Amino acid sequence: MPSNVSAPATGERRHRRSLAGHIERVLPRLVVAPSLGVALFFVYGYMLWTFLLSLTNSRMLPQYDFVGFAQYARLFANERWHVAATNLVVFGGLFIVSCLVIGLLLAVFLDQRIRQEGALRTVYLYPMALSLIVTGVVWRWLLNPGLGIQAMVRGWGFEDFTFNWLVDSDMAIYTLVIAAVWQASGFVMALFLAGLRSIDDSLFQAAALDGASLPRIYTRIVLPSLRPVVFSAVMILAHIAIKSFDLVMALTGGGPGYATDLPATFMYAHTFTRGQIGLGSASAIMMLCGVLAILVPYLYSELRGQRHG
Amino acid sequence: MKTIHALAAGALLAAAVGQANAAEIEVLHWWTSGGEAKAANLLKEKLEAKGHTWKDFAVAGGAGDSAMTVLKSRAISGNPPAVAQIKGPLIKEWGDMGFLGNIDKAAEADGWDDFLPEEIAAADKVDGHYAAVPVNIHRINWIWANPEVLEDSGVDHVPQTWDEFFDAADKIREAGYIPLAHGGQPWQDATVFEVVMMGIGGGDFYRKAFVDLDPEALTSDTMIKALKTFKKLRGTMDDNIAGRDWNIATSMVINGKAAMQIMGDWAKGEFTAAGMTPGEDYECVAPPMTESMFSYNTDSLAMFDVDDEGKQQAQLDLASIVLSKDFQVQFNQAKGSIPVRLDVSLDDFDACAKASREAFDVAMDEDALVPSLAHGMAVSDSQQGAVFDVITNFFNDPDMKAETASERLVSAVRAAE
Repeated sequence: MPSNVSAPATGERRHRRSLAGHIERVLPRLVVAPSLGVALFFVYGYMLWTFLLSLTNSRMLPQYDFVGFAQYARLFANERWHVAATNLVVFGGLFIVSCLVIGLLLAVFLDQRIRQEGALRTVYLYPMALSLIVTGVVWRWLLNPGLGIQAMVRGWGFEDFTFNWLVDSDMAIYTLVIAAVWQASGFVMALFLAGLRSIDDSLFQAAALDGASLPRIYTRIVLPSLRPVVFSAVMILAHIAIKSFDLVMALTGGGPGYATDLPATFMYAHTFTRGQIGLGSASAIMMLCGVLAILVPYLYSELRGQRHG
Repeated sequence: MKTIHALAAGALLAAAVGQANAAEIEVLHWWTSGGEAKAANLLKEKLEAKGHTWKDFAVAGGAGDSAMTVLKSRAISGNPPAVAQIKGPLIKEWGDMGFLGNIDKAAEADGWDDFLPEEIAAADKVDGHYAAVPVNIHRINWIWANPEVLEDSGVDHVPQTWDEFFDAADKIREAGYIPLAHGGQPWQDATVFEVVMMGIGGGDFYRKAFVDLDPEALTSDTMIKALKTFKKLRGTMDDNIAGRDWNIATSMVINGKAAMQIMGDWAKGEFTAAGMTPGEDYECVAPPMTESMFSYNTDSLAMFDVDDEGKQQAQLDLASIVLSKDFQVQFNQAKGSIPVRLDVSLDDFDACAKASREAFDVAMDEDALVPSLAHGMAVSDSQQGAVFDVITNFFNDPDMKAETASERLVSAVRAAE
């Protein structure tokens, strides 16, 4: 506290100083307060409202006849919701694992002090700069059997070549994985590359002196020290997977049928176009629960880490 | 300056003479594409000629989905527009929630009951009072065909039964064309299905299945047969239908890549824009077994409850303009539909519109006039969505049996109630 530390001064000066100190203490809170209020209201307030709506039988407009958890029962009896939830598991799982593997491999290869590393890094990172809508549209063209890859290979003379996942309701979900992995693995690569660069060179040298082979150095020394990076990457990718909406809209439109529906597109369709706000809110709350299931263990481990540190 | 004064004075005078109250009304609509926008502008001009001000509130996209979302958010915030384009059973839903006004005055003054088809007028009433004004009638059950492609394939006429259709499809395929142009979007799948189903089942069956959503009809043999025929149509389309817009499919017929398309009469606009004449460059024919049937899709303008007397007057004026004979002719020519007034002559319309009116009259007599489910005229939007889900999934899943689909229809519809 400035007033305590300062040498004795005239009453007026002292008063001014303490006022300045007061402002110094209060100002940051004042500045932060509006955004905190806004966040509380617009994020947590609306979460609460969505939860309330999920307990009502609201249809076209919100109304407040509470029906308990009936909307959740309807949700879990809904065929389309099961498709959406299963799709999320398939899409999310494959997306996260593929991004990690591809990102790590790219990072390790780039880390071999190759020429033009900067240019290559940019090439791999660029997809992340695109909007998911653009990614979706481009891949829709590439995967369209009559326009894209299939047509091209057939044009080369391989008449029997078939690659029609986009129009096959069993395989369409994997087209989402392809496009999303293409978009995000460069970003994961950048994360890993930063992690690799932070590993001390002397570790490599010491291991090499002890006669360890390069693969062994990577599996025994480098990968374990990248654990925190893997963790952050999984967090970010899991978010992208659960929130995925624009990619689905642009690439498949949820089709064929509703074969590539994800919880986010399910929620939008029911809340906003089908006049089933109650059911849509219930699905939104289930999505929130999905995010929390990932976020809570993460926060827990983070906070525990801080206590130890 | 002088002209402005003169205009202002003229407007004032017109307002004073015409009616005491002139006001600004906001009109929410989704008439945004070429011909539609022209049609909407016509309405605006006519309303402003009466001294009112038209505040345009156009929301493009999604066959009105986006417009409905905007309307809901405006209504929740207590500030709905004075007039909004709303369709089918949704009018009743808005009315039951107490949002809509009453325009019986205009209806009585102009004698709407004398010239509006009863079934269509009923959808615009809430508790027996007019709350909305119908604008036009679209016919859904149409096949748009390219005669050159048919001729080249050795098919001499557009098929009249489904057996004939599949025979013709084989020939067209052999000749190197796509028999049926289609876009793989849920509403387009449902459009084709309802056309197949009403041909096979007839008007009464259609109403039981798709208006009353009667479980017995939904699981009947007729329904199974319709589902099977519908699925068989998948083989007459190309592989690239996923997500294709309807107008892209229409352009395949126009360019001679495909022989036919099943689509409502707004498709005519695409042919007209390509400089083609009905009966010569392209044909419009009823799909198999639906010649005397008419599946309709009507646009309506619903009037919201407003306190201001001027606005009420503007709503009444707008309603009578919409149903005036000359507006009906001009608007529907621009939009591709037919007038909703039965006493308007179609002499100036093209051959397809004339055929549409004839089919309408026949269908009214034979009780085969049915509301289109695919276009939101038959059931609530949650039930419509449930039907879409099952139909489009069945169509795209090669392994799903017709029996399974019909059972799923029943459970999906029940879940959406």
